[in-house]
Formats: sequence, structure tokens, C-alpha cells
Amino acid sequence: MSSQFPLWEVFVRSKRGLAHNHVGSLRAPDAEMALRNARDVYTRRQEGVSIWVVPAASIMASSPDEKDSFFDPAGDKPYRHPTFYDVPEGLTHI
Amino acid sequence: MTSAVGIDRDTSSYALRLGDDALILGQRLSEWAVASPALEEDVALLNIALDLLGQARSLLTRAAELEGRGRDEDSLAFLRDEPEFTCALLSAYHVHLWRVLVGSTDDVLAGIAGKAVKEADYHFDHAKHWTLRLGDGTPESHRRIQAGLDRVWPYAAELFERDPLLDRLVVRGIAVDPEVIRPLWEQTVGEVLAQATLTRPDTAWRPSGGRSGKHLTGFGYLLAEMQHLHRSHPGAAW
Repeated sequence: MSSQFPLWEVFVRSKRGLAHNHVGSLRAPDAEMALRNARDVYTRRQEGVSIWVVPAASIMASSPDEKDSFFDPAGDKPYRHPTFYDVPEGLTHI
Repeated sequence: MTSAVGIDRDTSSYALRLGDDALILGQRLSEWAVASPALEEDVALLNIALDLLGQARSLLTRAAELEGRGRDEDSLAFLRDEPEFTCALLSAYHVHLWRVLVGSTDDVLAGIAGKAVKEADYHFDHAKHWTLRLGDGTPESHRRIQAGLDRVWPYAAELFERDPLLDRLVVRGIAVDPEVIRPLWEQTVGEVLAQATLTRPDTAWRPSGGRSGKHLTGFGYLLAEMQHLHRSHPGAAW
């Protein structure tokens, strides 16, 4: 029966967290029930203060087959890391 | 404010009633473990059952203190027999009951109610969402939930019964006057039923007796399962 319910991906922001992190997935008939199920399944030990649920079908994911062309080209470009610059004195929040 | 541990049999009996409601509903819900259609619903129901058990523990502890007969939450939960349990049917009722009980002159009961308010809000929300989906779902789901509603509805009247114990405690500001929460309950339940396209049952039959220890056959089986471990191994703990 549950296999007929659509799959939802669950994202939870912890109390001190700045971003919602993916914590898992669940099945639910609609968005409201998905949110409530997420509360019961993923936040019963005070894991978070905010929940997002997203229909898994709405997520466009990169394919493992594309891994080489997607990610390898960045491997030899260390100058993209901001490590070659001197940070001026007195500059905060960096 | 009365929070001292003196003997107060009336307040003890009242705490015991409220505790029994929570304890038996919690036990009933836990019987549904691994019987629901989805893992998510199993976890949700058991979360609710655990909330109710927590409420029951606090209430039975208070009942035992005020009873002054040396019993504790365990002996009240596990060593009483069927006629001694005095529970009635319940979430929309709890939502309103706890909100009013927060103002009780017994500050232990007021404290328990303060914590239970948020739990009851979620229990009600859960029940409401299922009622809406089943009532306003398919013709088959509508038929089934209407049949269930027709069956349990007459028992709800017992929630608002007055008896001499309640009369005495309402005067002292300890217990909630059922007449205060009945219209609130009627409105809350009426709104959900209307939204769920369900028909409010209209029956003259008003079963009673739960509060005086008279229960249906199934209740003995529930107690047997709930009390078996403690009766076989008194004081068992882990």
C-alpha cells in the first residue's frame, strides 16, 4: 500500500544550522502529510527546528555516467581556491 | 495554590481519571504498532502513544501522592483490576481540557497540563488530517470512516458527564468544568466533520459507566496485556 504513495525527500535545519540538510526520504500521499511524517520520523530526538519536504520526482540529479565530464575538469585548477591572495589586515568575516 | 504533598482524595481521584484516559488510549494506540499501512504512520502513532504514556505517568504519580496510601504510578497502572479503571473516550477533548486545566489551583496538575497542551495540539492535528483525507477521499474511505464515527460517537457524551466528585473539585478551582469545554469541543469537532464531508451522528443512545469502572469486554484483554509483565515480575525495570 505504502508503495503507492509518492516518495519525498526530507531536509532538516538543526537549531544552530544555517542550511537545511538532507536527512532521508519517506512516503506520503501529499505534501502536508509528508511534512507531518517527516516531523515524526526525523525530528523526534530534537534534530531540528525547520523541515522542508520535496517530491523526489522533482529533483533533477546528475548521473554517475556524467561524473567525469562534470567534476574532473575542476581537479587541476587550484587557482580557483582563494588561497593565492593576501587577506588585508583588519578584514573580518572572511 | 496546592502543591504540598498532603492527602486530598478528591484531587487524587481526578488525577487518576485523567491519567487513566491517557494511559488506556496510549496502550490502545500501541496495539496498532506495525499494523498501520506505512512505517511513517507507525512511528507517528507510537510517538503519540508515548506522549500519552508520559502524561499518564505524571498524572498517576500525582494521584498516588495525594491518595496517601503508599502506592505509586506503577501500582496504579499495573496492579488495579478492571472495575477500578475509570476512563472515557478522547484529542479534540484533550486540546481544550489541557488549555483550561492550565489554570487549575493544583499547580502540579496545571504544570502537567501546560506540557500536555503542545502534545495534544499535535495529536489533534494528526487525527484531523486523517479524518479530512478519509472523509473527503474515496467513496470507500468515506463509508468506512463514517461507520467508525457512528460507532464511537455515542461514547463521547461521557467526556462531559458531571458527578459529585467533579462538582466538588470545580468549586475548588481544581478540575475543569465539562460545561466549559463542551461548546469548544463541539465547535472544533463540528468544523472538522463539515470539512471532511462527514455527517455528525445523531443518536439518543448515551452509554455510560466508564468513569465508574464499567467497561466493554475488550478492556479486560487490554489490561491483561498491559499488566502481564509487572504482575509476573513485580518491580521489573531496565
